[in-house]
Amino acid sequence: MTEKDHPLVRIRDLKVRFKGARDVFAVNGVSFDLPPGRVLGILGESGSGKSVTLKTLLRLLPEKRTDIGGVVEVEGRDVLALEGRALADHRGGVVSMIFQDPMLALDPVYTIGEQIAESVERHEGLDRKSAMKRALDMLERVRIPSPERRLKAYPHEISGGMRQRAMIALALACRPKLLLADEPTTALDATVQMQILLLLRELQKEFGMGVIFVTHDIGVAVEVCDEIAVMYAGEFVETGTVRDIIRNPKHPYTKGLLAANLHGAEKGHRLDAIPGAPPPLDVAPTSCSFAPRCAHATDRCRTAKPPAVALGPGRLVRCVLAEEGAAAA
Amino acid sequence: MLLYALKRLIYVLPVAVGVSIVCFMLVHIAPGDPLISVLPPDASADLREQIRRAYGFDKPLPVQYFIWLGNVMQGDFGTSIATGRAVAEELAKAVGNTLMLSVVATIIGFVLGCLFGFVAGFFRDTAVDKIASFISVIGVSVPHYWLGMVLVIIFSVQLNWLPATGAGPGGSGVWEWDWAHVRHLILPAVTMSVIPMGIVARTVRALVADILSQEFVQGLKAKGLFDRGVLRHVVKNAAPTALAVMGLQLGYLLGGSILIETVFSWPGTGFLLGQAIFQRDIPLLQGVILVLAMFFVFLNLAVDVMQSALDPRVQRS
Ligand SMILES: Nc1ncnc2c1ncn2[C@@H]1O[C@H](COP(=O)(O)OP(=O)(O)OP(=O)(O)O)[C@@H](O)[C@H]1O
Ligand code: SF4
Ligand SMILES: [Mg+2]
Repeated sequence: MTEKDHPLVRIRDLKVRFKGARDVFAVNGVSFDLPPGRVLGILGESGSGKSVTLKTLLRLLPEKRTDIGGVVEVEGRDVLALEGRALADHRGGVVSMIFQDPMLALDPVYTIGEQIAESVERHEGLDRKSAMKRALDMLERVRIPSPERRLKAYPHEISGGMRQRAMIALALACRPKLLLADEPTTALDATVQMQILLLLRELQKEFGMGVIFVTHDIGVAVEVCDEIAVMYAGEFVETGTVRDIIRNPKHPYTKGLLAANLHGAEKGHRLDAIPGAPPPLDVAPTSCSFAPRCAHATDRCRTAKPPAVALGPGRLVRCVLAEEGAAAA
Repeated sequence: MLLYALKRLIYVLPVAVGVSIVCFMLVHIAPGDPLISVLPPDASADLREQIRRAYGFDKPLPVQYFIWLGNVMQGDFGTSIATGRAVAEELAKAVGNTLMLSVVATIIGFVLGCLFGFVAGFFRDTAVDKIASFISVIGVSVPHYWLGMVLVIIFSVQLNWLPATGAGPGGSGVWEWDWAHVRHLILPAVTMSVIPMGIVARTVRALVADILSQEFVQGLKAKGLFDRGVLRHVVKNAAPTALAVMGLQLGYLLGGSILIETVFSWPGTGFLLGQAIFQRDIPLLQGVILVLAMFFVFLNLAVDVMQSALDPRVQRS
């Protein structure tokens, strides 16, 4: 690395399009920086492109059917150019991922211990015995009860909460710099969900990792994140610190989400209370994607893409209203 | 594990008893008098009655069944009507020959089938997949007695490389692996392997495609495994089902070898079965069918137990 001070993640104008019978424009120009050791939450409803953004960072999208454009860098390295061994070292070594449903994300016919050890062997060249010791150590760190026994258990033999702990142990076994968490608590009970969030927060501090945390749930985002990006139809429509987003939302979509969340009293409630549905993604957006559902939409919103208005460092709003506000201020 | 095997065994027993009853009843279901082939056409009623008693046909059916079953349990399957030799003796040789042929054919079919299936599944929807799938479709749909004859014409008649019929010196190749015997085995085994090859290939292709579409494969890539590491996981996931399919195929081959054994005059159970049918040799027929059916029943049991031993997902409580 030539420079010392690049951000952990630098993404510029990321565009992802799936080719097929019907094209899907899943991500349409996302840009952000993530400094080391910070937690970014990506908040958005189903289909907004959250998982696709994460998978791009690990190059997990199907190569042949996917067009990826823009810049994706982790620690200054061009992720989109990685090949072969360098790509395999990147995956799990520098960037790790935990998935929504650990039952599906773990191999059903290998034990928990084998699956963690395998990653350690791969990245650190340890033999099976030392790798198993590391696996045991990791299970202790994620506070799985009777870890020696769980080491030899198959995924279906332990509870959902324990499986997610095991998944976290696996993801962190090789000390990645960046952890991608794709709705890691959605499949869990409310109480277990809270424990897992606290554990993640604690391990993030201890390991000093950067985290990108995807969720539907504003309550969860507030709990674990430093910054939040609100995603809609493949774009970040508003970014800012948790405080900015909660206290002073600017984008009508963000406001709608917050209002829906306040009225729909209980936590863990999905972001679907705004009338209307997200747009089909079969063409690249040429106007404000939110216009059909926006109470403030004007002809200008419907004919051109709204500008990305910078209200401060890391504070961005993609809406004509914000521009007027910024001009007036 | 042992407990599970025992439990399965208990479930299988009624099936085995049912099969034995059906075999026993064959004598009485088959049209015509079973004695017709042993008796001279002009036999007197007296002689007829005497023979009838000698074979035990005068006793009530259930009694006959238990007598027969008792004998079978002791390895006495009666005497062949056509040859006058003990059925058990004929069976032992024929079963050995068929077992050898089927096992070799299953192994060939399994190895090739796995190869084609894995390649097709990994490179799904590419030209390689199309070719491998085409071969496996041919495998299951080509009539194999026809394929047998084609192979005989090419390798025996035209090239004169391999013998067309028989099992080699001594008329039996039971577990003899010298070239004099093996050269007789090649053509029938290859012909027979075509069906399991096709079925295993199709199964493995579908399995691999299904496994690769599961999320945990993304998880494996996400932790930085190389393709060969991912492949190892796919193999372990596919193995229980693939091996089970292989076991069942072995069962089908054991029971369904009549055509191939006839084409190649292979002295196995299929061949024997054909003889028994044409000569109305009921004791022989009973013996062959009983042994084949039992093989099938217990092979299924073995497959089931093996699958649960290999697959941690199967509950073994
Ligand atoms: N491999 C793929 N091939 C084609 N289309 C895809 C693929 N993966 C995702 N998509 C499409 O891209 C869009 C964005 O999907 P993505 O999974 O990122 O949504 P998400 O925000 O994670 O939603 P959710 O909250 O439901 O997980 C969706 O329309 C989805 O159908
Ligand atoms: S740009 Fe227009 S349509 Fe889009 S959110 Fe702002 S006001 Fe609504
Ligand atoms: Mg998702």
